Amino acid sequence: MIRVTRRYEFSASHRLNAPGLSETENQRLYGKCNNPFGHGHNYVLDVSVRGPLDSRSGRAVDLTVLDALVRDRVIQAFDRRNLNEEIEHFSSVVPTTENLGLFIHERLKQHWGATFPGEWPQLEKVRIAETERNIFEVSESHEIIEAR
Amino acid sequence: MLITRRVEFSASHVCANPQLGEEENRRLFGDAANPHGHGHNYVVEVTLQGDPDPLSGMVLDLKELKAILNREIVDPFDHRFLNKEVPPFDRTVPTVENIAIEIWNRIFPSLSGPQARLHSVRVYETPGLYVDYFGESE
Repeated sequence: MIRVTRRYEFSASHRLNAPGLSETENQRLYGKCNNPFGHGHNYVLDVSVRGPLDSRSGRAVDLTVLDALVRDRVIQAFDRRNLNEEIEHFSSVVPTTENLGLFIHERLKQHWGATFPGEWPQLEKVRIAETERNIFEVSESHEIIEAR
Repeated sequence: MLITRRVEFSASHVCANPQLGEEENRRLFGDAANPHGHGHNYVVEVTLQGDPDPLSGMVLDLKELKAILNREIVDPFDHRFLNKEVPPFDRTVPTVENIAIEIWNRIFPSLSGPQARLHSVRVYETPGLYVDYFGESE
């Protein structure tokens, strides 16, 4: 069993503003991230999968297939987008990187079975860095296991 | 406690299974099957698990670890064509997965003492692709 991690990047803008809070409360909670015009990040997404080695190829995952899945379901949807305005999920959910990580993990899981029909490889975790100093991991059990 | 030491080596390889035809290898590995080979700057992170020795305050003398990693990894792998010069890659495809397993197998005998034992091997083939191997028990 081996874990393979592949790194992807996308750039997007967002604004942190909770609909259930007042303008003052949102400003206090999110500070500069509440700027009404939004702001952007270069997100770095690490996708980790786990599985045994295929005896013919010596690989645990076909990277062409994984790359196509992430490109079609994540990168093309988010790259050069305004998350609040262009991703329906974030019209009602605050696009914090916690919520973005959960959404990406859920989306990959949704399409995993059709992409990898066998028992392996399995999706192990998604790690998303909003900046080099803010990093979030979502594992199979669906909880955020690290934030720093 | 976990301690990690990083070493690097540069090597060339061809990702192709000698038991398969050229067309099948192209289909499986794409450009990486180019028979002339291509290269990477591999980065290897070796992680040990253990408790600091009460006298020395060290899990393992890093000079000793450095010597093991140089002897078992850097000396045989650095500036080599893996398929042609580093067994078992004359018959095993030198994917980054297999490289990590081979490194584990080479260093495990020197790093299985009571004080410090091998926990994991991480190998970066590029900054955007790496694997972690935790031994057969995982």
